[in-house]
Amino acid sequence: MFESLAQRLQSVFSRLGRRTALTESDVDEALREIRTALLTADVHLSVVKKLTADIKARAVGEKVIESVRPDQQVAKIVYDELVRLLGGQPGTISPPNDGGIPIRWSASGPTVILMAGLQGSGKTTTCAKLARYLKSKGHRPLLVAADMQRPAAVEQLKVLGASLEIPVHWEESGRPPKICERAVAKATADGNDVVILDTAGRLHVDRELMDEVRDIAARTKPHEVLLVLDSMTGQDAVNSAKVFDESLPLTGVVLTKLDGDTRGGAALSVLSVTGKPVRFVGTGEKTEALEPFHPDRMASRILGMGDVVSLVERAQEAMKQEEVEKAAEKLFAGSFTMDDMLQQFEQVERMGPLKDWLGMIPGMAPALEGQEVDEKGIKRAKAVIQSMTAEERRKPDVLDAGRRRRIARGSGTSLDEVNRLIKGYKQMKLMMKQLRSDGGMMGKMADRRMRKMKEEQIREMRRQGVKLTEMDWAPEGEP
Amino acid sequence: MSFFQKLKQSLAKTTQVLAGRIKALVKGRKIDDALWEEVEEILLTSDVGPDATTELVASARLAAKNGEILSGDDLVPWLRSAVAARLRPDEADIRWNAGGTTVILIAGVNGSGKTTSIAKLCKFLRARNKTVIVAACDTFRAAAVDQLGIWAKRLDVGFVGGSNNADPAAVAFDAAESAASKGVDVLIVDTAGRLHTQKNLMDELSKITRVLGKRIPGAPHETLLVLDGTAGQNGLQQTRAFREHANVTGLIVSKLDGTAKGGVVLSIKDQLKLPVKFVGTGESADDFAPFYADAFSSALFGEDETR
Ligand SMILES: Nc1nc2c(ncn2[C@@H]2O[C@H](COP(=O)(O)OP(=O)(O)OP(=O)(O)O)[C@@H](O)[C@H]2O)c(=O)[nH]1
Ligand SMILES: Nc1nc2c(ncn2[C@@H]2O[C@H](COP(=O)(O)OP(=O)(O)OP(=O)(O)O)[C@@H](O)[C@H]2O)c(=O)[nH]1
Ligand SMILES: [Mg+2]
Ligand SMILES: [Mg+2]
Repeated sequence: MFESLAQRLQSVFSRLGRRTALTESDVDEALREIRTALLTADVHLSVVKKLTADIKARAVGEKVIESVRPDQQVAKIVYDELVRLLGGQPGTISPPNDGGIPIRWSASGPTVILMAGLQGSGKTTTCAKLARYLKSKGHRPLLVAADMQRPAAVEQLKVLGASLEIPVHWEESGRPPKICERAVAKATADGNDVVILDTAGRLHVDRELMDEVRDIAARTKPHEVLLVLDSMTGQDAVNSAKVFDESLPLTGVVLTKLDGDTRGGAALSVLSVTGKPVRFVGTGEKTEALEPFHPDRMASRILGMGDVVSLVERAQEAMKQEEVEKAAEKLFAGSFTMDDMLQQFEQVERMGPLKDWLGMIPGMAPALEGQEVDEKGIKRAKAVIQSMTAEERRKPDVLDAGRRRRIARGSGTSLDEVNRLIKGYKQMKLMMKQLRSDGGMMGKMADRRMRKMKEEQIREMRRQGVKLTEMDWAPEGEP
Repeated sequence: MSFFQKLKQSLAKTTQVLAGRIKALVKGRKIDDALWEEVEEILLTSDVGPDATTELVASARLAAKNGEILSGDDLVPWLRSAVAARLRPDEADIRWNAGGTTVILIAGVNGSGKTTSIAKLCKFLRARNKTVIVAACDTFRAAAVDQLGIWAKRLDVGFVGGSNNADPAAVAFDAAESAASKGVDVLIVDTAGRLHTQKNLMDELSKITRVLGKRIPGAPHETLLVLDGTAGQNGLQQTRAFREHANVTGLIVSKLDGTAKGGVVLSIKDQLKLPVKFVGTGESADDFAPFYADAFSSALFGEDETR
């Protein structure tokens, strides 16, 4: 159901066969798949229509490049188009003038940041995240509780402020526009250089509340007005964003809850109706989970490839590069021992709950169900190896039935588990042996170049989204 | 009051009126490709999703071919009943525990409207003379316990709250203990928002369900997933994962007082066989009604005559 665009296109073009140039009918068939993929990702229909028209104009007549399959070529065109759109109009973000924080600073007096959006989108949490971030950069933010509507909304911000040791302005009762006005005056007096206004959630069709937030903006003259958008939103994102944009001087969008597996096509919809850039993304409930926005990552996510780059980066942080290389080297040389295997397990453990981050890939969560990525299993496997003698670890061939029983007892596991581990180890070695002898796709993966994929290469890959997409989209076994 | 009237009422103060959007569109028109395209647009922009939309339009086309739909005028009633048929039967009733306290567990992704829906359920149950206790098992989010506590006080229902960062399963157990020993009719358990992809949090939810069952046989008798009515196709994955970890028995669709239509429930019902039980149409405890397939279907097409 939630196939990636790459898979969809691949099946179209395998039906069509080899091509030298993309004809109109080829492109039309591909466009149907593109349309479905984008709609499944929650991109608004009107945006999908415009996008497919643009893509068609670019693709028809395009020569098929020798070394690339036509589906990959079309996928690349789509990807490029999305990256372009998600990048927003150049010049809409003022150049960062404070150590890279993309905030429009006030020329004099405190910088006022207004957070607005629908109910439950993540405004209060984002206010706290932003305050924390700015504080860490040496600023002195003041948080303002301007949601006098939802039960315990003020308390929520107070608790967050206290945990971050950031002051919160709040009042027992009163109207939000006045409260915000007083807060800005207080910030000026107290020497806070940033004021972050947490407003109540409101529906774009609620005239009264839209008037209220407009009043807040009129009184506080915010330098930044950020629309907080839940990345799981569907088609309605265009309707609400449009009204918020018309009612407020929006300067940008914050996309929240991207730590799930939503494709997040609403981001594209909102960008295209408001023309305002995504400034930050929220990737968790904790106050440190605020990240800059990467159009290229978002594009691959919408197209169903997951945020592969983020995954690679996370994995890289956990894996010590040299260790990985050494282990790979040994695997290929055939000198991979149980000790090396133990080390591998430890690295996997360091990456944290495997399922958490694999779950970031759209469609992956259901696939993972049932076939447990079993963290306890890793612990037990480690215990098995740890119960082996140095000799046994070096030369597992000596592991006879008696030794295996001893290991099972010593590690508190079963004979069955010990046998499985040894079998797994042997299979791994066998596989590697075969790899060395055939130059197929796995052989290529084993290529030194791949193994030594270094950080700068990853960065380069990200810059040229192209390579990354082609790499990930190439199905196993294909050239 | 039906959900449709409710919706109209809560929309009264807004700029938006429920216009007969499709009706105006199709009136007196002949059946042609342009018309099909417009029907498709209505479905797609209501979050029905490309697959379910294709299916619906295909069956409508077939009906037209068979002479069941002769002009645009027949189209709305046809579609309305086709969509309603997909969502039936209406199952708004709660599965009561005949032998004691009925336990209702509420779950869902972050910010979907769980805590507010509990307030609404309380009001709904109080109006039916049920005694209620709510349990604040969201010990994670800032002031989540206070939020439910305020509602409990306002609505005059019992309250069991955990301290900050207390084990939610332990709070659930305490609440079950308290509800059972006091013999209250219903215990409603609020849980922290969690994304369905977070394995440890989903396991925590499973644990809460197990703990409840230890104290009260068969509990939770209902596990309701609160789905944000503005959600898109991800709603399907959410529901699937929650069903797997917490044996969801039905849905509450919140925030239908905006312009979102919640069309993803069509696929949810189709693929996961889960009924929508209630809908939320505002921020107050009154903005709540049982779900009726007919009313929902009418709202989808902006048709305002049924019920
Ligand atoms: N997983 C995840 N949860 C988030 C993120 N941002 C916010 N949340 C959660 O979403 C829920 C709603 O967040 P709030 O910050 O209270 O949202 P709000 O917009 O202030 O809500 P109202 O004031 O009620 O309109 C809470 O459970 C937050 O913890 C995010 O980036 N990821
Ligand atoms: N307009 C509207 N707003 C709603 C509705 N239901 C809930 N809300 C609002 O949505 C926001 C989030 O609601 P909560 O009940 O706090 O959501 P939650 O799922 O408990 O959130 P977390 O516990 O943080 O995950 C609040 O501002 C509610 O007032 C509804 O039916 N319509
Ligand atoms: Mg808030
Ligand atoms: Mg809650």
